Parts: sequence; C-alpha cells; structure tokens
Amino acid sequence: MKVIRIGQAAAVLSVAALALTACGSDNPTGDAAGTGGSSASGQDVTGTLTGIGASSQKAAMDAWKSGFETSNSSAKVQYSPDGSGAGRKAFLAGGAQFAGSDAYLSDDEIESSKKVCGPDGAFDIPAYISPIAVAYNLEGVDGLKLDADTIAKIFKLEITKWNDPAIAKQNEGVDLPDTNITVVHRNDESGTTENFTQYLSVAAKDVWTYEESGDWPSDLQSENAKGTSGVVSTTSSTPGAITYADASAVGELGTVSVKVGDGYTELSAEAAAKAVETAEPVSGRSDQDMALELKRDTTESGAYPIILVSYHIYCSTYKDQQTVDLVKAWGNYVVGKEGQQVAADSAGSAPLSDSLSEQAKKAIDSIKVAS
Amino acid sequence: MSTTTLTPTPTPTRRNRLSKGRLPRWAIPAVGLAALILGAAGSTLGGFSVASFLIYAALLFVVGATLATTAVEGRRQGTNSFFKYLVVGAFLLALIPLVSVLYTVLERGLPGMTSDFLFHSMNGMTGAVDNETVAAGTPVLGGAYHAVVGTLLITLCSTVISVPVGMLAAIYLVEYGQGKMLSRGITFFVDVMTGIPSIVAGLFAAALFGLMFGPSTRMGIVAAVALSVLMIPTVVRSTEEMLKIVPNELREASYALGVRKWRTITKVVIPTAISGIASGVTLAIARVIGETAPILVTAGLANSINFNVFSNWMATLPTFIYYQILNPTSPTNIDPSAQRAWAAALLLIIMVMVLNLGARLIARIFSPKTGR
Amino acid sequence: MTTNALTKPGGSGRTGDKVFSTASMAAGILILVTLFAVALFLFLQAIPAFTADPAEVSGGKGFLSYIWPIVIGTVIAAAIAIVLATPVGLGVALFISHYAPRRLAAPLGYVIDLLAAIPSVIYGIWGYLVLAPVLVPGYEWLNANLGFIPLFGGPVSQTGKTMLTAGIVLAVMVLPIITSLSREIFLQTPGLHEEAALALGATRWEMIRMSVLPFARAGIISAVMLGLGRALGETMAVALVLSTGNLIPSLIKSGNQTIAAEIALNFPEAFGLRMSELIAAGLVLFIITLAVNMVARWIISRHQEFSGAN
Repeated sequence: MKVIRIGQAAAVLSVAALALTACGSDNPTGDAAGTGGSSASGQDVTGTLTGIGASSQKAAMDAWKSGFETSNSSAKVQYSPDGSGAGRKAFLAGGAQFAGSDAYLSDDEIESSKKVCGPDGAFDIPAYISPIAVAYNLEGVDGLKLDADTIAKIFKLEITKWNDPAIAKQNEGVDLPDTNITVVHRNDESGTTENFTQYLSVAAKDVWTYEESGDWPSDLQSENAKGTSGVVSTTSSTPGAITYADASAVGELGTVSVKVGDGYTELSAEAAAKAVETAEPVSGRSDQDMALELKRDTTESGAYPIILVSYHIYCSTYKDQQTVDLVKAWGNYVVGKEGQQVAADSAGSAPLSDSLSEQAKKAIDSIKVAS
Repeated sequence: MSTTTLTPTPTPTRRNRLSKGRLPRWAIPAVGLAALILGAAGSTLGGFSVASFLIYAALLFVVGATLATTAVEGRRQGTNSFFKYLVVGAFLLALIPLVSVLYTVLERGLPGMTSDFLFHSMNGMTGAVDNETVAAGTPVLGGAYHAVVGTLLITLCSTVISVPVGMLAAIYLVEYGQGKMLSRGITFFVDVMTGIPSIVAGLFAAALFGLMFGPSTRMGIVAAVALSVLMIPTVVRSTEEMLKIVPNELREASYALGVRKWRTITKVVIPTAISGIASGVTLAIARVIGETAPILVTAGLANSINFNVFSNWMATLPTFIYYQILNPTSPTNIDPSAQRAWAAALLLIIMVMVLNLGARLIARIFSPKTGR
Repeated sequence: MTTNALTKPGGSGRTGDKVFSTASMAAGILILVTLFAVALFLFLQAIPAFTADPAEVSGGKGFLSYIWPIVIGTVIAAAIAIVLATPVGLGVALFISHYAPRRLAAPLGYVIDLLAAIPSVIYGIWGYLVLAPVLVPGYEWLNANLGFIPLFGGPVSQTGKTMLTAGIVLAVMVLPIITSLSREIFLQTPGLHEEAALALGATRWEMIRMSVLPFARAGIISAVMLGLGRALGETMAVALVLSTGNLIPSLIKSGNQTIAAEIALNFPEAFGLRMSELIAAGLVLFIITLAVNMVARWIISRHQEFSGAN
C-alpha cells in the first residue's frame, strides 16, 4: 500500500517537474540571441568564469554579464555578491577566478596571492566608480552646499539643527527649517562607509577624529539601516534625515554640493571621474597593479572627492590557455568603452576615463598561462 | 450553597437554581456595547486614535463581562469566562500582525504575478532594461522561474536528507535510547543546534565540501546539506515530542499481541503521531525554505535556469528576494525590482501553502481515525 | 523481547527488529557526528579571537568586552519575543483546539502554520516599512507616561527602529511555531481525561487547567524552546529592523545589537581576525542556547510522568 502511494506521489512529482521544465524560459527580454555580435576581443572564448565579491558592483555586474554573454555566446560568467572581504578570501583560496572588491589588495594579500596566482601574484584593476552622495530629506531645500568640516560635524552629531549657523552661513538665501537633523548611517560593514569615513578623516581631519573604517564609529549613536536601499528608504521616510549612499540610488532625495578648493562641486559622474584622475597609483606595486590612492582633500575645482572605486582582482597567470583567453576577454570588455557604458546605463556608475581604460587593458593583456 | 439543598421545599428551589444564576442572553452584548462607547469616550479624552480606542474598549469589555458573570453566576463561572475572553483575545491580537503581513505581501506581490514573472528567469536582465520599462511604462520583464526551480530542488534534497535521519533519530531517542549516554548526547547536541545562526550552517557545509572538492565549491547539493543541518534539529525535536505523547497503553497492547517492536513503531506509534510529525516537518521545511544567508555561500547566485543540483550555481526565492530588495537590478529605478521581490515572496508563501496541504493530506491518509 | 521471539521464532521479524533499531541508532550517531563536526568547525575557526591581543579585537578591549553588550542585546530581544509570543501563542493554540467551532479550527490552524513559512527577509521589510512607523506614537506615549523607567527613556527614535520593535517582529515570527506545536499537543490530550473533568462539573477553563495543561506541559516548554531558538538565531529580521548601536537600557531608542544580526551585518566584509570574532560570537550564541535548553530540559524532567513513553 505504502509503496504504491509513494510511487504514485513520485510519478506525480516527476510529471510536475517535467511540466515545469517544459515551460520555463531563460530569455526574459525576448531578444533574439546575440543581438550585438560586436565582441570586444573578436576571438571565441568558452568556459565559465566565477567571480565573488562586493555587492556594490552587483547591478553593474548584471549588465556586464549580460553584455559579455551576448557577444560571447559560449562563455558564461557567474558572480556572487557575498561582499568584498568574502570575495578576496575566496579568490586567494583559489575559489574564484576573479574578485570584486571595494578595497584594493593589501601587501599581505598580494604576498599570499602568489600561492594561487604564480610568482607575480594578483593585481587590482579599477572597474566601477560610483560617486557617494550626501543625501538629505528636507522639503523645499535643493542643492544644499556644505564644506567637509560641516559635514563631519553633522555626522559627528555636533550640529543637530538644520538652521545651525554653520549651515546657514554657506547657504545664504536658503530658508532652512528649525528641524532636528537625524543622521542615518549603514549598520553593515561596507565599502561605502569606508570611503565616506576616509573622506571625512582626510578632508576634515580637525573635526573627524575617528579612523577610516568600514564600520561606523560605535561612539556615534544614531539611526541606521542595512544596505544602500535601507539607508535611502529610512532617510526618505524621515523628514530632516541625512545619509550617505551610492549616488545612483538616492532617488528623490536632495544631494549636497561639497566644497572643493574655493567652490562647491555638484554631484555628477564627470566630477567623480575628474576626482579619479587626480588620484595617484599606490606606490610599491607591480606594473600591472592599478590600485589608486584617492586624494580626498583635492583642491582641483570641479572634482567630487567622495567616491567609491571598486576593483576587479585578477591573477597574473592562470593555469590554462582557455581560462586566460576567457579572463582577458572579460577583463577587456569590462574596462572597455562598451562595458563602462552599459554599467553607466544600468547602475549609474561613472565611466573610467580613456587613459585609465587603456592602462587597464594593457595590464589585463599581460595575463598569461602559468609556466 | 449546601444549606439550600437541605431546605425542605426542593422542587421550586431546584427549578429556581437552574434558571437563576445565568446571565441573560443580552447581557454580554450589552457589556460589549457599553465598553465600545466608554472606550470611545475614554480615548477621545486623550486625543482619539483607533489604537487607544480598541485597547480601552477591549480592556473594559473583559473586566466588565467578567465582573458581570462573577456577580450573577459565581466565581468559577467568572474565571471561566475571563479565560475564554483572554483566549479569544489572544487569537484576535495574533491576527493583527499576521493579517498585516499577509496583506502587505498580497498588496505588493499580486501586481507582479504575471506569466512573464512565473515562467522567465532573470538571464540577461540589466538595469538598462528596467530603466526602459519604467520610462516606457511597459510591464516589468524578468522573473523568478530559475529561483522557483532552485528552491524546489534544494528544499526537496534537504527534506530527503533530513526527514528520514531526523525521524529515525527521534525514534531512537524515544523508543530505544531512553536513559542511555548516546541518547543524552544526541539530545544535548540537538538542543544546541536549534539556536545555530543559519549562516554558520552555510559556512560549515561550504567548508565541508571545500575540503572534498576544492575551495568555494558551490552547487545545489551543498546548500541542501547546509539546510539539513538547520532542519534536522527541528525535525528531531518535534517528532520526539509527538512520539512521546503516544500513550504507552497502545505500545503495550501491541506487544501483548505479540507484535514486534519495529512493527509496533511503524504500524502503531508513528501512525498515531503522524499528524503532529507532518506538522513538525512542514514547520521545519518552512523554516529553511526562507533561508537566505546559507544559500548564498553554498549555492551562489544564478540568473539563469539550472536543473542540476550537482553542478553549477543555483538561485532560490529567498536569495532572489533579498538581492532584488537590497541590491536592485537598477539602482536608479528600484520599483521593478521591488515588484519582482514581493511577487517572489507571495510565490514562496503559496509554495509553502501547497506543501502544507500536501503534508496534511499525507497525515490524513496514514493516521488512524480519531475522535477529533 | 523473549516473549516476542516465542510468538514468532526466527524469521524476518527478528532481522527487521535488528535492522530498524540499528538504523535508528545510526541516524542518531550521524546527527551526533554532524553536529559535533559543526561545533568543532566553529571552535577551530573561533580560536584566534580568544587568543588575539586585546587591542586588536573590535573595540580594542578584548573579546569579552566586545561580546558582552551584544549578548545582553540578544537576550533582551529574545526575551521580549518570548514574553509576548508565549501567552498569545498558547492562547491561539487553545482557541483553535478547544474554543473555536470545529469547522473553523482546521483552516485557522492552517493559516497560522502558513505564517511560519514567510521568509525572515519579508518579516524584516514588513517590520521597518509597516510596523515601525505605526509604533512611534505608542513609544512616545510610553516615554511621556513611563519615561521615568530607564526601559522607556527618551528621546524616542523617530523611525521606530528600536529594540522593542525588533522584539515584536521576532514575537510575530515565533508565534506560529509556538502555536503550531502546542496546538498539536493540546489535541493529543486523552479525550477521557477531558470528559472526566467535564463530567465532574468542571467549567471549560477548569477542564483545561486540570487535564490539558498538565498533560501538555513538557510539550509547551519544547514549543517555547523551539521558538526561542529561532528568536535567538534570527538574523535578517533584526538586521533590517533594528537601528543598531551600543548597549543602552532604553528599548524605544535606537541602539543595542544582537549576536546573529552582528554576524549577518558584518560577515560579508570580514576577513582575518574579524571573521574569527564573528564566528566566536556564533559560538557564544551556541552556549546561550545550550544554557536555555538545559534549563528547559531540567523543568521537563521534573514532569516525566506525563510522557507517554517512559
């Protein structure tokens, strides 16, 4: 009896499974396969490329994946947005062919990467640049202007009212309400927090006495939420709130123009790209490595210094030609014009400048088969 | 009271006592009405709000009705009705958040339940596509088919692993291992494991398979093992409870008829407890089917359909929901992602509902007829 | 055993018995080995956090002062959840098993079971989108009227993302677990006990108190423990609902943190020592769960006589 029933159940299940198999589609956009056909590298690459890393890159990664797979139909890319730390760890253990990371490899990590990547180790390529907006929810107030010290004081909870003289002085003619400022920060450790606190600790070093860190300083008790979408939705629903978040996600919130040099720079992709250009390469690295030392206290007018540069980390050598071709094709696509453009369209990132893009391509082309 | 029974005129008194001491039918509704009015009045004093009105009215009603019953029918009946109101009140109170959750999911999930959503994966979906659909006002593209497949397969695998193991272990604990060291050890570890943070189970499974197949081996079966680690303690614990309350008389009767122990367990003990066991297993599945963190470190995140649990990455509905909400496909236009996420949540609930029905059906087929 | 052997000498019965008892023991051992391996894995991964230089641990004062506040936070959140969910959950279970009209009872139980299946991400999002804003006026009232108690100290959080909200969300999450299991157990109360009580003239509540509750006591405790396990280990809901921070007495201000949420929030970006710290935090959660469960087992063991299979 029981056996028969179980058999029936199994039969029903397998029929259901078959039915399911039959009616699913892997082509939600309804395009004919391979619309583009303009492969960046021109050569046919095959295989599956695995990446693990920063969740900040996820939206851009979706776009890159889709674009890359369209032009290289026999290649597949999978990316798990576990987080930068997890990505670097998996990469160094040989569990992924590339990592996405909001921070470049430390010297120790480069040293330990020689185990899986051969004698030249791994190297960082900037792939995703996102300006970080200082966003606020204040009805009727647009384009607030603030300098680094004032921003630091607000986030340090020393300025608690929107009509504080320090804010009013920089925004003459703006009608500032007598509302309490509610500071909203990320409660998960993140590259966004790290870059923002780095900006504060460099550009407002007299006020912001905390070290840069992916964790918000625990002395500063204020509202917080998980993830970019969390801080944005909390800020949007709380009048008088201020937060920092990836510029592409701030939606209707007002964004602060930051004082750089003598003027105030409005948030824009161009201004972010300009700030990246003022950055200098980190010293003591191999020629391939493009880790950037961002100048947060730059005085160059028109540069927006609160930016997040997220890297792709590749090995200098891979074990076989097929993987090398695949990685090269992928890497070139990502930093190339087309890749940067689809990321900008999908994720609202700031494209790499032409010179950086060329440099990155050169570094990626140097990847070779392990001897 | 006892003195009245001694009175020499029994007939009229007895009639009297049966009809006396009962609240008239209209009394309780009357108390309710009064409580509503007084509650409205009370809450208006301090600025009217629906919440305070309901709280005042409920309190007044319980106190008033209890006092009325106590006064007319005596203390025991008073206590009885007091607890009746509390139990019903607890039920109504529990309904508020539960209905609110369901309503939220339905309200936001229903618009996204299109055939596009059900039968397409997210393969090739980019933020640019979402931006276009928002700009053009066309229906949202991309769906959760791949995640549905992943959820079903991974959950099925982990159920296949953990239900037999968990049930057998519970049988051992209740029927064979009473008082033995091994059974104490199992009980101890099962207890410890009920509070394990789910991510830890994921890391453990990832490390285990990493040792066997190389670092960062991610596929459906790894996730199934991670979920089994979470599921087994729940299965053991609930099955154990259900087996324990099977009356010993049943076992003894069966032994007395010369039935062997294993036949007694499979034919008498388990069928008696099957409804509770099925409910416990359903709860265990329900607990793991919604897990996010362990899936990610064990099965990765896929955008395309994968039917093979033994190779390549898979997505499940919870990871789909999680990333659609926290890392929308298009950061600038999060509405399409939010719509997909809520629709996926609704889908997940429907799936568990079907599963629950199935478990109840199984329980009904196998359980003996009872009075209730 | 011998009597059984007498009724059916040799044959398949004996092997069946042997196979069955061996299989069940093997399952038990398998569980033991797996769970032991998990514990060992955790312990090995956590060691660096215990042995590290105190200055290098988060907070810079050693592991103990790092873990202490979040242990308290975890216990508070779980306590709020259990205190709220247990009476309500038992009430709902009793309502379904003994008060509701029979035709209504089954669908009601079904709906409640269903709610155990909503993924915690959804509870978390519901918590901060729907519940938290609704609770803010209530918190302001608490602060205005009971503000002298440190638990309700101000200033009240303007977003409602507080410990109390997190506790309420957890309570809603564990409610179906408690209800579902205790309902099953209430239904198993021997009908004879109940009828005997009623026949003696007991009111419905007296019948429940005299026959149902004592019978179900061990099961209720188990159900509450399972609920508590979920409340202690719940990550996503707390991570999404709570405005985390340092340990503070007030439940209606942003602040406090739980172990599971701490792990979930910081794990993705963690490496090296930080990773060990988080895993060590997981280990501490284990120990808390263990302590709670041991207390529960001890309580149950004093009521062994109500178990059917002793």
